[in-house]
Amino acid sequence: MESHFATEAVAQLRRRSLRAAAVNLIGPLTMLAGVAWAFLQPYRLTVLHPHGQGFWWLLSEPPLYVVLVGLGFALFLAPSLLEDLEEVEDAPEG
Amino acid sequence: MLPKAEFVHWWFATGFLIIGLLLLAEALVGGEVWRRRAWRAYLWPSFLFLMGVLMWPVMVFYTNSTIHMLAHGSWAQAMMLAGAAELGLARGKLHSPYWSLTTAGAFLVSAAAILLHEQNGWLYARAAFLHHAIGWTFVIGAAFPLARAFRPGAAVVRTGFALIFVVTSVFLFSDRDTAPIFGHLSPLAGAQHR
Repeated sequence: MESHFATEAVAQLRRRSLRAAAVNLIGPLTMLAGVAWAFLQPYRLTVLHPHGQGFWWLLSEPPLYVVLVGLGFALFLAPSLLEDLEEVEDAPEG
Repeated sequence: MLPKAEFVHWWFATGFLIIGLLLLAEALVGGEVWRRRAWRAYLWPSFLFLMGVLMWPVMVFYTNSTIHMLAHGSWAQAMMLAGAAELGLARGKLHSPYWSLTTAGAFLVSAAAILLHEQNGWLYARAAFLHHAIGWTFVIGAAFPLARAFRPGAAVVRTGFALIFVVTSVFLFSDRDTAPIFGHLSPLAGAQHR
């Protein structure tokens, strides 16, 4: 009986760990995608060669946008989401 | 003076990426956890509504032709309607899950608009290819918000719904003003950019 509860608890922990890990990874993976893109197509970052670029070209830095979205997710959304995920899963059923 | 069309596409790509990641996170943790903080439930519908509002200046300033104006105007209305309905559902003012059908409708209106206002073939230039690709992505992707109205809790449906936004953002980020696609660029398209 005890081992059954232990097995269930371990399975639940593993499920939670996977979900928490996935939520934790969204931000860093998005940032990584932006950085990889910047390395693959450095000419899309006009801040690296700003001479002669107009205002709109200097404002439009798509790889940086992707990095900023990932950063925003990791800093502002993921922490509270993980906190709530833990609270809900730790709460006694019923 | 006005930003090029590709810049506007990249800004909207950023919006789509934000919505996609929010929906993906919601799909991962489930609706119960996601709605534990009220502000979180309003996030992606608010972005969708805001993108609809921001589509109006696009309609006004990028009137290359009547069909462009109609396409951008119908997008603006469809996105605002879908965003408002999803906000109503998040707030609890609307109860029926069938209100999610407005999002499926917005997908289909967007698909029709983007396919109809692209007059060139797939391999004319990269922008033409992306218009076709995005249009058909939304035609197929409309199945997810449609399914969401009937099976709102299904993980596959929620994940698919999120990924449509992420894929669309990748397409929009790939846009260049005049660039080849798979080595093809029509001589009628103009001088190639980077």
